[in-house]
Amino acid sequence: MQTFDLGEKGLRAMHEELHAQTQSTNETAWEIVNPKGSHAIAVGLDAPIEVTVRGSTGYYCGGMNKQATINIDGSAGPGTGENMMSGKIIIEGDASQYLGATAHGGLIVVKGNAASRCGISMKGVDIVVHGNVGHMSAFMGQSGNLVVCGDAGEALGDSCYEARFFVRGEVKSLGADCEKKEMRPEHIELLKGLLEEAGCDARPEDFTRYGSARQLYNFDIDNAGAY
Amino acid sequence: MTDQKIPHTTPRQSATFSQDVNSDIRRAAATGIYDIRGGGAKRRVPNFDDLLFMGASISRYPLEGYREKCETSVTIGGLHASNPIELDIPITIAGMSFGSLSGPAKEALGRGASMAGTSTTTGDGGMTQEERGHSTKLVYQYLPSRYGMNPDDLRRADAIEVVVGQGAKPGGGGMLLGQKISDRVAEMRNLPKGIDQRSACRHPDWTGPDDLEIKILELREITGWKVPIYVKVAGARPYYDITLAIKAGADAIVLDGMQGGTAATQDVFIEHVGQPTLAIIRPAVQALQDLGMHRKVQLILSGGIRSGADVAKAMALGADAVSIGTAAMIAIGDNDPKWEAEYNKLGTTAGAYDDWHEGQDPAGITTQDPELMARLDPIEGGRRLRNYLKVMTLEAQTIARACGKNHLHNLEPEDLVALTMEAAAMAQVPLSGTDWYPGKPGTGF
Repeated sequence: MQTFDLGEKGLRAMHEELHAQTQSTNETAWEIVNPKGSHAIAVGLDAPIEVTVRGSTGYYCGGMNKQATINIDGSAGPGTGENMMSGKIIIEGDASQYLGATAHGGLIVVKGNAASRCGISMKGVDIVVHGNVGHMSAFMGQSGNLVVCGDAGEALGDSCYEARFFVRGEVKSLGADCEKKEMRPEHIELLKGLLEEAGCDARPEDFTRYGSARQLYNFDIDNAGAY
Repeated sequence: MTDQKIPHTTPRQSATFSQDVNSDIRRAAATGIYDIRGGGAKRRVPNFDDLLFMGASISRYPLEGYREKCETSVTIGGLHASNPIELDIPITIAGMSFGSLSGPAKEALGRGASMAGTSTTTGDGGMTQEERGHSTKLVYQYLPSRYGMNPDDLRRADAIEVVVGQGAKPGGGGMLLGQKISDRVAEMRNLPKGIDQRSACRHPDWTGPDDLEIKILELREITGWKVPIYVKVAGARPYYDITLAIKAGADAIVLDGMQGGTAATQDVFIEHVGQPTLAIIRPAVQALQDLGMHRKVQLILSGGIRSGADVAKAMALGADAVSIGTAAMIAIGDNDPKWEAEYNKLGTTAGAYDDWHEGQDPAGITTQDPELMARLDPIEGGRRLRNYLKVMTLEAQTIARACGKNHLHNLEPEDLVALTMEAAAMAQVPLSGTDWYPGKPGTGF
């Protein structure tokens, strides 16, 4: 395990070390201590390494991640995992707004709750939140899966495209063009896999699926009130 | 009674309800939807044609046109980036997306810019291989939609441009209509083929200047502080917007006036929101000067730049470089009269064609139709753009030498006069024949 003291050495030195790791690196386990809520921790990683941040993080931890597994041993600030391409981010605490914004791939797990706009413009990422998510979650979600084991706030999936949403608890309201969908066997299977990977023992059968009604896909003046 | 005829008055068109206005009303009444089009503001606004250079005589002396050098190079982004962009000429190619433009058009822009020693810019659709492969200096736009955004392309870019707004539609997003969404465009944007692709007006993961500062930090860390980070803003409130962009850590500012084009936006937005390019440059330069950042954070002005005279005037007012979009499209063949018969079939005429969003461009530029696209030869298009950029540069040098300047950057407001009160007020240069402009300190106006 390589231990890096962020408070002492700073962000630039940390990224120089992490970005230097290649596909065949032997230094696969990293620990970042003294994060003190710093912004942009472990961004732009592109190697099969596991990084554990011992504490809470500021904005954009794990931004644009590829391949790496990032554990946040605390809560995470806004935009965590933004535009992630692959890999995994596991947040032990809560996540602030814009979690996984525009992320293309990989898995983000939140053991606590996620705030508003969770999964905004998601483009293929899977997000599993053990608790609740805030309002406007998955706004303009394009693809990928958002799994909420608790409740979802107002306007879930507003203006969404092909992203899927699975909510176990209550949904305060659905956003424009988002509707309840049938849970077919393939969805149960998909959800089962995601819950397992996220370390969540919830039963897939207890979830409801939501997604796009596809009524706003091509502009129609008669739908202007919905925009 | 006589059968004398009562004379008719000459039929008189209304200035308020002009033929143009009436056609807008009829179109709205027939369709129930606002007009969407491409391009920038078509109305006349005060512009660079309202300024003149005074040239040299006894009180200033000129440089010899064919003997004495007039430099044109510019370095962009040296404040924080270890690899700033070095350009031979201060005229860059503005961001235009693959999707709104065809692959051959993007390739032509890359080829032309590279031959002329300048940069080109991606757009709201990600980076294509044609573009990267043919652009020696490529600026990668970071837009609210993040279509096609990925860290590999981010690291392949020579600069990153965080787009906050554009002059044609300050505060507006975009929409690429379904008919232009080919398989390739759909794949790059991660959306189904044939559906309208909306581009948000705000970034999904930051709001306001404090967040922008953190976003810029993140982009710098991902790219190792190597490449410059530009911030592009529309000409809305330039003094404050540029002050905040500098505070957020931008290496360069791209400032776009309302004549700047767009791929597709509501006509009412294009014509009624934003400020003329001429009006936004002095407040922008003032913001840079007040923070001691003029010439340290570069100002790239865009929106209706057409000629070397425009380039020289923009630089005399304090810009470090300019950016062209519509003019570059025209150079490679957009709205060329040789396609007049086809423009007529589309109900328009060469020079006025602006339904770029519909994907039927006879010139093969604003389309994804394979047959139309094939009409544009990217090599010939690139050559034409190179020629045009060279001419603009020669024109700007001609003016600069006449003003006694050995570098375009040495042009200054004192070289200019204005032809109209409006232009004098906006550019803060004297009305021709006077030593006064509206708002001049100490004059009581």
